[in-house]
Amino acid sequence: MLKVRVIPTLLYRDVTLVKGVGFDARRVVGSPMQAVQVYNLRNVDELCFFDITASPQRRGPDFSLIDELADRCFMPLTVGGGVRTLDDVRDLLAVGADKVAINTAALDDPELVRAASDRFGAQCIVAVIDVRADPQGTVTVWRDNAAHDTGLDPAAWAKELEALGAGEVLVQSADRDGTMSGYDLDTIRRVSDSVSVPVIASGGAGTFEHMHEAFADGRASAVAAASMFHFTEQTPMGAKQYLGAHGHPVRV
Amino acid sequence: MRVAIVDTGLCNVDSMWRALEECGATAVVTADPSVLGTVDKIVLPGVGAFPDAMAALAADGLDDAIRDEVTNNEVPLLGVCLGMQLLATHGAEVRDCAGLGLIDASVERLESRSGERVPHVGWNEVHRTGDAALLHNIPDGADFYFVHSFHMRCADPADIAAATPYCGGFTSMVVRDHVVGTQFHPEKSQTYGLALLRNFVEM
Repeated sequence: MLKVRVIPTLLYRDVTLVKGVGFDARRVVGSPMQAVQVYNLRNVDELCFFDITASPQRRGPDFSLIDELADRCFMPLTVGGGVRTLDDVRDLLAVGADKVAINTAALDDPELVRAASDRFGAQCIVAVIDVRADPQGTVTVWRDNAAHDTGLDPAAWAKELEALGAGEVLVQSADRDGTMSGYDLDTIRRVSDSVSVPVIASGGAGTFEHMHEAFADGRASAVAAASMFHFTEQTPMGAKQYLGAHGHPVRV
Repeated sequence: MRVAIVDTGLCNVDSMWRALEECGATAVVTADPSVLGTVDKIVLPGVGAFPDAMAALAADGLDDAIRDEVTNNEVPLLGVCLGMQLLATHGAEVRDCAGLGLIDASVERLESRSGERVPHVGWNEVHRTGDAALLHNIPDGADFYFVHSFHMRCADPADIAAATPYCGGFTSMVVRDHVVGTQFHPEKSQTYGLALLRNFVEM
């Protein structure tokens, strides 16, 4: 049986690793290499590494850094941030990324998703959707590190990304990022129901119960978490033991 | 032990290189067909789309070189993920396309049976159906990491070494003589993945 996945997320800015709250007020949490080595020793299911300043700074991925990190990773690695061209995708795969996350560039040029999927296979293209709710509770897709509203509906955009060839969709709530108050279950479920590719829930995890909800209520295939693993005693293995006890298939 | 990793310019050769070195091999990444004649073993790794990968192999003359080493010199070959699928007679990803033809099989899209999501992404069980040397010291049903939308359908059941329960069940490992293929990524499957690669290096 396919196991649910618990994925630590590493956010990278300039030369330090940071953890955000609401996509700003980032705190430094140490060197990316240390973090990768710790997670490798802990046998985690998968790792996400997002270079969050690449797109706002209009620059591409830091290939030599990814090369170094991937060398320490005997687990699947998804890399995102600043991916704008087919060459970016190719070069990230070449230095050891298993999957490449595309966010802002997919909004600017949806054909990039199609071309990357045709060339490298749908399985290695992860479409990232940043979402925010307005005061009325309407959730829309935001861009440029969730700085600007596109007005797009997350479920409709996810469906379009799937049609373009995205092999996975990662739904990331900017409002809940770093708050440890729980995932945006409603949006995750709407996206999960609109596509047949796996959906990764991200943004807001604070407890194992939140992860259980993302699978049970959000119908996610995987959960990503950053603050919860960086700033609390809770570990990915602890999460999987809890999830296993609550009826989810896990790899322990 | 020198192992060549065939580079089609489309895949994560670095992870495979690192994992093979960890397993005691001297690994060399190459797109040069003449290098294949100088090594003890060949690994054909893979992400990428089937037709592009075959075109990339053909452009460098690697397809003939691989077939030659495997068929005439009995050099062991491990195909991983797309690399396993390329061993087949033909594939149907994007468009119908001939493969290396080392295993009598076709490559088809995974069809969801009971709401399974495709691509098949994550950790799933590998259940052996034979006695593949590559699975020595690895428990039956151990979890390995998969990320793929297509699977191999073998014409001869004797080539099937392991199966995985998803979309009605599919062949997750093939073995024919010294040609082996894994649909999962041993280089990304931590302890058991490295054990499998060590078995390959030592076989």
